[in-house]
Amino acid sequence: MYEGVVQGLIDELGRLPGVGPKSAQRIAFHILAADPDDVHRLATALTEVKEKIRFCTVCGNVAEAEQCQICRDPRRDPAIVCVVEESKDVVAIERTREFRGRYHVLGGAISPIEGIGPDELRVKELMTRIADGTITELIIATDPNLEGEATATYLARLVQPMGLRVTRLASGLPVGGDLEYADEVTLGRAFEGRRQLDV
Amino acid sequence: MYVAHLSLVDFRSYPQVELPLDPGVTTFVGPNGQGKTNLVEAIGYLATLGSHRVAQDAPLVRVDAERAIVRASISATDQTARPSLVEVEITPGKANRARLNRSPVNRAREILGVVRTVLFAPEDLSLVKGDPGERRRYLDELLVARAPRYAGVRSDYERVLKQRNALLKSAGTAARSTRGSGGPDLQTLDIWDAHLARAGAELLAARLELVDAIRPLVAKAYQSVAGSEASPAPADARLDYKSSMGPDVTLTPDREHLADALTQAMSELRRDEIDRGVSLVGPHRDDLVLSLGPLPARGYASQGESWSLALALRLASFDLLRSLGSDPVLVLDDVFAELDTSRRERLAELVGTAEQVLVTAAVADDVPERLDGARIDVLGNDLRRVA
Repeated sequence: MYEGVVQGLIDELGRLPGVGPKSAQRIAFHILAADPDDVHRLATALTEVKEKIRFCTVCGNVAEAEQCQICRDPRRDPAIVCVVEESKDVVAIERTREFRGRYHVLGGAISPIEGIGPDELRVKELMTRIADGTITELIIATDPNLEGEATATYLARLVQPMGLRVTRLASGLPVGGDLEYADEVTLGRAFEGRRQLDV
Repeated sequence: MYVAHLSLVDFRSYPQVELPLDPGVTTFVGPNGQGKTNLVEAIGYLATLGSHRVAQDAPLVRVDAERAIVRASISATDQTARPSLVEVEITPGKANRARLNRSPVNRAREILGVVRTVLFAPEDLSLVKGDPGERRRYLDELLVARAPRYAGVRSDYERVLKQRNALLKSAGTAARSTRGSGGPDLQTLDIWDAHLARAGAELLAARLELVDAIRPLVAKAYQSVAGSEASPAPADARLDYKSSMGPDVTLTPDREHLADALTQAMSELRRDEIDRGVSLVGPHRDDLVLSLGPLPARGYASQGESWSLALALRLASFDLLRSLGSDPVLVLDDVFAELDTSRRERLAELVGTAEQVLVTAAVADDVPERLDGARIDVLGNDLRRVA
């Protein structure tokens, strides 16, 4: 145990995801040794992010204004909406530069163990968005794990009667990889989702 | 296959061990509490990523140490093949890290199948006398040893089950507080039902196929272990898979049919499940019923018959894995002390042909002479090869 403030900092850092007690200690001493200006900038960044950043009223993505950049962009197709779990998934999909529609961030996936059901997610907001009829296709891009699949099935069942196209991102082989290194589950999914080759 | 070299760091009582081993029989002899079983437990851990003695990993790590390392070099029967080096790092409370031929693997379970063992231990008696959970574990471990991909199937099922149980529990609480209106949680239960049915059917089908495969092997092994000159001849040992879906469901390893049956059973039991807050059907509540002649073994078999049947189950595992191409490593942990002379002799006769047999015994005289081979005296951390 270190003296009051230092230990306090280590404890706070240790609560961050992916930071264990040892890393927390290392970061804390790095901060202690760092230039006061740098530390000040970090502190400002931390407080600012909490004060300035809000969640987009339409899609739930992080935003600095009422609506996020993507929802404000008139060039984005409002008819296609991609449903993701977290804001960081939006960033991942944006990096592809393939998708020109808009997003809907659920804020997680259905997981009864963690007490997360549809009511804890932004499902109601999604239904409201669909209700006005501009959306024609919903692409469900939740994580390909158990909780993500459950969420996808739930949404699909909920939305299907409303008459729009619901699609799910494909699972399968990573591009540039070797077939022999793929695990059985992934390979099995790749077989299920195989496509006709158009020649 | 055989274990050519075993290294341990901070595993159980051992700060460090380097132990070269040969094919054939090796007997570890030493007084109780000296660490004989720890050695074979380590080899078993590489094969199953679990201990046959404890459910948690914490006791496997030496007191005061942060993590334990088990490393083994496995030689194939075919001498020209290169030996594989498997290593697993056990840190209680965290995911194990494993390496295969010095390169890290993504998930520890990817090393399953490199080492295959069949382990006989005094605890095996609970296969016959114990709870259904013991027999489910027997089936699942054998399933994974036979086809390692079932480790994933099993853990997927357990994960769905956990989620569904959490939902049932909260739905039950909600239903009680809102006087039976069902509560808002129920809207996702159908989805978990579907996932449980799919994962459950996969596991169930695999278990049914396995039971069909070992049924004749167990019957044959039982005759060999229990059969003696004494009359009357021993009864026939039989295995029947008992599903939690009840006797009306036909159990064929057809995944689609099983998934439908599970869905059906869940919808019939929905009210009970919500009341009790647990999943009441599925492979996690099934049993493997063992019988001798017309009577169930549990509750009816004598101590001697129970032992014969437990040994028959393990011998059947050995026969099944052997038929895959190479002999699994056979481990006999303290079993001879539990058996009478005639069973000892017959067991020794049946396992004597295995490529590698590792035996632990407190008293060397307990081990039948037929299992003659290398002997290592174990006294604390001192392992001494006896010529």
